[in-house]
Amino acid sequence: MSSSSVLIQFLNGLASASSLFLVAAGLSLIFGVTRIVNFAHGSLYMLGMYLAVWLSERVGFWAAVPLAAAAVAILGSFIELFLLRRIYKAPELLQLLATFALVLVIKDAALWIWGPEDLLGPRAPGFAGAVEIAGSAFPQYDLLLIVLGPLVLAALWLLLTRSRWGILVRAATEDREMAGALGVNERWLFTSVFALGALLAGLGGALQIPREPANLNVDLSVISDAFVVVVVGGLGSIPGAFLAALLIAEVKAFCIGLGFSEATLVIEFIVMAAVLVVRPWGLLGRVQAAARIPGAAELPLQFPGKRMLRAGAALLAVLALVPLASPGYTLVLLTDILVFALFAVSLHFIIGPAGLYSFGHAAYFGLGAYAAGVLVVKNITTMELALALAPLAAGLGALVFGWFCVRLSGVYSAMLTLAFAQIAWSAAFQWDALTGGSNGIVGIWPASWLASKTAYYYLTLLLCAAAILLLWRAIYSPFGYALRAGRDSPLRADAIGIDVRAMQWAAFTIAGLAAGIAGALYAFSKGSISPEAMAIPRSVDALAMVLLGGIQTLTGPVWGAALFTWLQDAAARNFDYWRAAVGMVILFLVIALPGGLGTLGKRGQ
Amino acid sequence: MLRIALLTLLLVIGSNANSQSQPIKIGELNSYKVFPAFLEPYKKGMELALEEINASGGVLGRKLELVTRDDGGTPGDAVRVAEELISREKVNVLMGTFASHVGLAVSNLANQRKILFLASEPLTDKIVWENGNRYTFRLRPSTYMQTAMLIPEAAKLKKKRWAIVYPNYEYGQSATASFKKLLKQAQPDVEFVAEQAPALGKIDAGAVVQALADAKPDAIFSSLFAADLQKFVREGNTRGLFKSTVVFNLLAGEPEYLDTLKDETPDGWWVTGYPWKEINTPEHRKFRDAYQKRWKDYPRQGSVVGYVAVYTVAEAIKRAKNVETENLVEAMKGLEMQTPFGPIVWRPLDHQSTMGAYVGQLARKGGQGTMVNWRFADGARFLPSFEEVKALRKE
Repeated sequence: MSSSSVLIQFLNGLASASSLFLVAAGLSLIFGVTRIVNFAHGSLYMLGMYLAVWLSERVGFWAAVPLAAAAVAILGSFIELFLLRRIYKAPELLQLLATFALVLVIKDAALWIWGPEDLLGPRAPGFAGAVEIAGSAFPQYDLLLIVLGPLVLAALWLLLTRSRWGILVRAATEDREMAGALGVNERWLFTSVFALGALLAGLGGALQIPREPANLNVDLSVISDAFVVVVVGGLGSIPGAFLAALLIAEVKAFCIGLGFSEATLVIEFIVMAAVLVVRPWGLLGRVQAAARIPGAAELPLQFPGKRMLRAGAALLAVLALVPLASPGYTLVLLTDILVFALFAVSLHFIIGPAGLYSFGHAAYFGLGAYAAGVLVVKNITTMELALALAPLAAGLGALVFGWFCVRLSGVYSAMLTLAFAQIAWSAAFQWDALTGGSNGIVGIWPASWLASKTAYYYLTLLLCAAAILLLWRAIYSPFGYALRAGRDSPLRADAIGIDVRAMQWAAFTIAGLAAGIAGALYAFSKGSISPEAMAIPRSVDALAMVLLGGIQTLTGPVWGAALFTWLQDAAARNFDYWRAAVGMVILFLVIALPGGLGTLGKRGQ
Repeated sequence: MLRIALLTLLLVIGSNANSQSQPIKIGELNSYKVFPAFLEPYKKGMELALEEINASGGVLGRKLELVTRDDGGTPGDAVRVAEELISREKVNVLMGTFASHVGLAVSNLANQRKILFLASEPLTDKIVWENGNRYTFRLRPSTYMQTAMLIPEAAKLKKKRWAIVYPNYEYGQSATASFKKLLKQAQPDVEFVAEQAPALGKIDAGAVVQALADAKPDAIFSSLFAADLQKFVREGNTRGLFKSTVVFNLLAGEPEYLDTLKDETPDGWWVTGYPWKEINTPEHRKFRDAYQKRWKDYPRQGSVVGYVAVYTVAEAIKRAKNVETENLVEAMKGLEMQTPFGPIVWRPLDHQSTMGAYVGQLARKGGQGTMVNWRFADGARFLPSFEEVKALRKE
């Protein structure tokens, strides 16, 4: 690189950093005060883009930007008022499920309103051309963005440190309950913070339209970038978000400038993993004070009573009889449901009893699936042996990644699991010779005695039921009690001689192993495996299943997995806008059953 | 309610009638919600073909029926949906899929379950070559074929320094590999001076444009499409990258991608695509008129693919004289038929159709992008030799 291209790439990085910062700042603000992991933040950004393109044609670009941002802010406050406000008292992370449902609804709404084609916005009047910098043409609009990012940072900083509202917000960020006790109207504060966060998302989207067409894929691609920036910067820290945006955008620009463009697939996750390993609370983050009342303290899970055990046995018997009654598609769907049930139970094993969040559980599902696929397709072992060995590969992966993840807590730990999952995903995506690259591996069918749908169904039923029962049994073993002690009171657990981290590490590895069984079964049931098996949506699906079922229940994840899989299958067949339909059902369940499906039977008590 | 009532009625009538008057079912699965810009016109094309065929009495005296499903855009879900079509809907033929990995997964299932699969849209070379199987046939000109179609013009320019930009997944990777190999053959002194592989849908266009400009190329080969293409074009226009370089871009002339560019449309780019307005052969005019009459909209590339795919199934059944899978497979081999792009043959060797594409240059006319200087490239002329294909297909 010549010195002039170093300069230009540096400026490119600055411009991208401003865009990143705008969307990340809102997310960070919302999380800092309300502790909501707002999964729909990218969707708000996408709406900002669509609205700005649509409005530009009517009122011109410069009027469209503030109008679009304001419209998104209004929508944001409605979301807070009518949805999130109902579930603040619900178990943690449920808000994540609610906002996930919003993503589905907003995506289909945008498709319905604006149609399937990408909408390329206008250039910004007055900033349409380029200026000459060091012999290269550099877009005027990018210069504007470079200035705009720090301006927004300064404005937010003034607002947060110099205004009364800002003082209240900071008080609530530091100690929500104390602020409430001192008479601060939390409800109003939360609504206004959410509206401001949404405004920033809408503004970020609107300002992006001269650089990027409004399109339906932008929501998920932006949200993962924004999460990374927020976590690298330190949750709730606006200057941290700016610093992180700068770091990530510059690293990306220079990866491209130096000819390592393939690295952009995963570079932000590598940066995040590196930062979190060195600084567990991000660049400028501080240790979060634990929220004192996340709803009532959880009652310890009771060992299932006789009636429940009998019901479980009856269910198993019914499942074993299904092939006699209906040998066709029902078995295919049930096989999927069983696989995902095990996957969800394995995730629940670390989220529930161990209290470790994971946003990247698909890594172990995928490792199991790929290990099975590679062993069979390269003719290293038979299918039966591959099925036995594959979970070990997943367990090994979990052993390595888990060592790092249990050193962090809360959302930081969850984001580190996500980073590792993305690194594993990119390896599968890029390592053509071993994994078949983006196409994956095809031709991995079960051995001939297991090839029929019925035989494979029985195999899946046997393995999944056994693994699920073992995981459940482990919750009530001394190991399980030690885990729960570590979750509920790490200090006391430590004081009575429990090595909390070692317990969590073991749990993480066991969960990875179990997810690997699910992954291997999945691979052989489909005959092929591709990187999507370990991509972010797979992790999110598992999380949705666990949350639908209820974190603080035993059997909930199984019901969540069954409902989620069946719902997707049925909705996709019967509705044109099936994603919105799935989203609506989840929203309804979130409000009607905040404790999850697993609490359904306990309602009457 | 009315629809349910009608369906029930149909079911009652259906169950009483003998199998000869029951419709022949095509099970179609596609990523309708992931790639709506391509697949909504595709669906319209299919429905038009279906209506035409059934209006003229169907096939073998039976009506054709299309059972469409959303495959969710992932191989795992697609396989489940295909299983549902096979075992619950009892379809006679599978058809569809968009992304390469989904296409390959369904093709693999079709081979296992022994049912004919017409891969209408996936572009990957592997589906008919490395991973080709007895039951899978592919309609569209593949990545290799479309790349090869651009080579004559690329070689003619005698540009020495080439830079390449492609979305980092199999389609972009194999387009790049084919382009380098074929151009090197046609023009041995060519040099590839820079390569950029941004992640699909996430191009950092400013940095990529600058990195390409730094390499001072005479020409650029790109396989970007959709949002990546639009970002690349706008940044390149602003930063003057295209002033002194010729660009070759796969697929950029397809209305799905071209129409979104509007007044940003870069002049003089060589592309493969579909200049629907200007193709005036009788067979295309007939299709275009019918399509516009039926849908009050102009046809896209996807419309043609959907339309021809349904006709292919009809022609194969006519030739097989029944709907037994093995007979259909044999009937597909060497099947000759008419399409809006002219006659095509389904090659017995690798199950690839010889459908072609249009090669031309982009131009701006009245704030809209269009293709000029175009010619039709017959797919049959842009395929590797018999021996090469034979070596790739492990059958």
